[in-house]
Amino acid sequence: MINITTLQKKSLIEWEALTHSNEPVIYLGMASCGKAAGAEKVKQVILESLKVHSINAKLIEVGCVGTCYLEPIMDIRAFGWPRISYGNVDEKRAEYIIQKHLVERNLSKTKPLGYLGNVPFDNIPPFSEQPMLKPQVRIVTRNCGIIDPENIHHYLANEGYSGIAKALKMTPLEVIEEITSAGLRGRGGAGFLTGRKWRTCYDTQSDVKYLICNADEGDPGAFMNRLLIESDPHAVLEGMLIAAYAIGATLGYIYIRAEYPLAIKRLQNAIEQMHKYGLLGDNILGSTFSFSLKIKEGAGAFVCGEETALIHSIEGKRGMPRTRPPFPAVSGLHQKPTVINNVETLGTVAQIIRNGAQWYRQYGIEGNYGTKTFSLVGKVRRSGLIEVPLGTPLRKIIFDIGGGTVKPFKAVQTGGPSGGCIPLELLDTPVTYETLASIGSIMGSGGLIVMDQDTCVVDVARYFLDFIQKESCGKCTPCRVGTRHMVEILENICHGEASADQLDNLETLAKLVQSTSLCQLGQTAPNPVLTTLRYFRSEYVQHINEYYCPALVCSSLIEYTVIKEKCTGCQRCVSVCPTEAITGPRSEPHNLDPSKCIKCRSCYEICRFDAIAGNAIVITSK
Amino acid sequence: MKKAETSFSELLQSFPPEEGSIIPLLQNAQARLGYIPEEAVEVIADYLKLTESQIFGVASFYSQFRFTEPGRHSISVCLGTACHVNGGATLLETTERELNVKPGECTADKRFDLNRVACLGCCALAPVVKIDGEIHSKVNVINLKEMWNHYD
Repeated sequence: MINITTLQKKSLIEWEALTHSNEPVIYLGMASCGKAAGAEKVKQVILESLKVHSINAKLIEVGCVGTCYLEPIMDIRAFGWPRISYGNVDEKRAEYIIQKHLVERNLSKTKPLGYLGNVPFDNIPPFSEQPMLKPQVRIVTRNCGIIDPENIHHYLANEGYSGIAKALKMTPLEVIEEITSAGLRGRGGAGFLTGRKWRTCYDTQSDVKYLICNADEGDPGAFMNRLLIESDPHAVLEGMLIAAYAIGATLGYIYIRAEYPLAIKRLQNAIEQMHKYGLLGDNILGSTFSFSLKIKEGAGAFVCGEETALIHSIEGKRGMPRTRPPFPAVSGLHQKPTVINNVETLGTVAQIIRNGAQWYRQYGIEGNYGTKTFSLVGKVRRSGLIEVPLGTPLRKIIFDIGGGTVKPFKAVQTGGPSGGCIPLELLDTPVTYETLASIGSIMGSGGLIVMDQDTCVVDVARYFLDFIQKESCGKCTPCRVGTRHMVEILENICHGEASADQLDNLETLAKLVQSTSLCQLGQTAPNPVLTTLRYFRSEYVQHINEYYCPALVCSSLIEYTVIKEKCTGCQRCVSVCPTEAITGPRSEPHNLDPSKCIKCRSCYEICRFDAIAGNAIVITSK
Repeated sequence: MKKAETSFSELLQSFPPEEGSIIPLLQNAQARLGYIPEEAVEVIADYLKLTESQIFGVASFYSQFRFTEPGRHSISVCLGTACHVNGGATLLETTERELNVKPGECTADKRFDLNRVACLGCCALAPVVKIDGEIHSKVNVINLKEMWNHYD
């Protein structure tokens, strides 16, 4: 029989051997974000450098610690020194760091980010003191970027699977009670008490019950689930075991976006390992509990994040939502009781069982206990994935953790296309499910998109509505037709072709769609419009009355000009202009013919980065 | 289609003949053939004992499935929010104009097909463009055009 203590002991030996090995160990961040930043090429350089210097070192691919703006990230552990982390490691820097750190053993010029662990080291600060990390409380993301996500021993060595081992010694009702009293709420955005959802399913009599992990992270601008699965898949899978045990499910599904191939690969690998160790299948850890797991790849439909649509999709149907009740916990997949939990919710469960509800309740504020992960992106200095206790003010998240914006801050969008735009005046709002709803937005799954003065809120509202309109499943009229009309009005405003009364029409329509749509997709679709109308109405009015886009984004309302005094006539812009709108001989200021200009931005970009003069082309209001 | 059909019938057997297999079958068909040709719909319908319109009805609902032959390389321009506020739409327009191709279609020389994708989840490195399996980060209209040169 497989015993969790034996498994963990064996894993600890492997983990300790790694942390105390004489052979240097290099950890490279290889989540999708790291790869997009060039980690594959960096890996080749590291391997070559090691060969050149005849160094025997172990290279471990880890996930992402969340400081994505520092990607690619590389850590080195060697010579009994602690694990030392480096950021922005491009190919050149990788070679240099290997030379200095591993060959010369000299860290004076390597500019490390910090050391990991508890033992102070030289003049290097602890990694956790990084401005982006310091204010965070890392519960769900504790292993991210630290362990090898493809090695189950790394997870086991860090108290992995002791949550399910403990749960199996409790009754299902005791497990549900623990999760309920921890106050854990659905991290997909709706915020329903997880324990209560489980209880409903538990109480429903049925021969078969299902558990579904919702990893259909559809909100554009959000990647919490991707990062967690890519960096620590077992955390989610252990949560699934506990949930399945509690509700009495024997079969589970992970419904994951096909756009996340690496996350899918990591899950497949993790599931295989679980089978090998008796953590999946019949009689898990020698108990009477049996559970099996299937991965279902989504096929690109935003609405499938809605639970009834998701169920239809797994059943092989068009992913259209239906009215609730009955709720899936009573009648879900194949009309059987089904619990659908978000990735982050499940990622939290094991730690609550391991450490107890009281421990969890020390984080957050009343009614909003624990932590929440956010993807902090957009026009913010330090972007990436963060985890903070609920109740943390937005200002602290954007300015202390994110380092604020380069140009003046304008707004932050929470909750993706279903959320709202929050202005500067409301940044002291603590982040809870209720406070965000009270100012017209929602918690959502955790996307935080920061906007500065170069972002046009009307354009952003148009963007979100256009997104929803394209993703509307078409089942109910308010969502199908209403959002289309809203997009049309917003496009007119962006083109300077709207009349003043259209603003009222837009508002009326928004309220109608909000109150009459069938599912959450339609009901929340007007939020970006309603919040921008509420907090940035003057910008709408400027577009309509003055044909003026203050952010200089809406292409019909702006024009490009060459500043003659600045232009040196380097012809770089002439070479990139696709419509021959810019002309002029070398070394003389160029001409830009506005009638030919299609506002493609090519000349503006090349003048900023790649021209002799630089910034000789400006964008102005018409 | 002959050759594909043979390998396809083997593929069919690995899925239970039930409605829930429609999407995985379509996904596998697309992974092998690059798109969903009419013949694939016929074969799947036959195997699952459903009508072709039922299969097509499901397939056309999901944006993942394409019904035209892809190019040698696939460009996906990310239109997620973070990419949008950092100029993702301009990248799509530029690609459309410079390569003379519309989203969901393929260039005349079959070199590229162009797709819009809702979000690739690399938001901290926005804007991003995916070509085949590789994600390119912090793209602008200038390095976008240089990127294409690496694919023929």
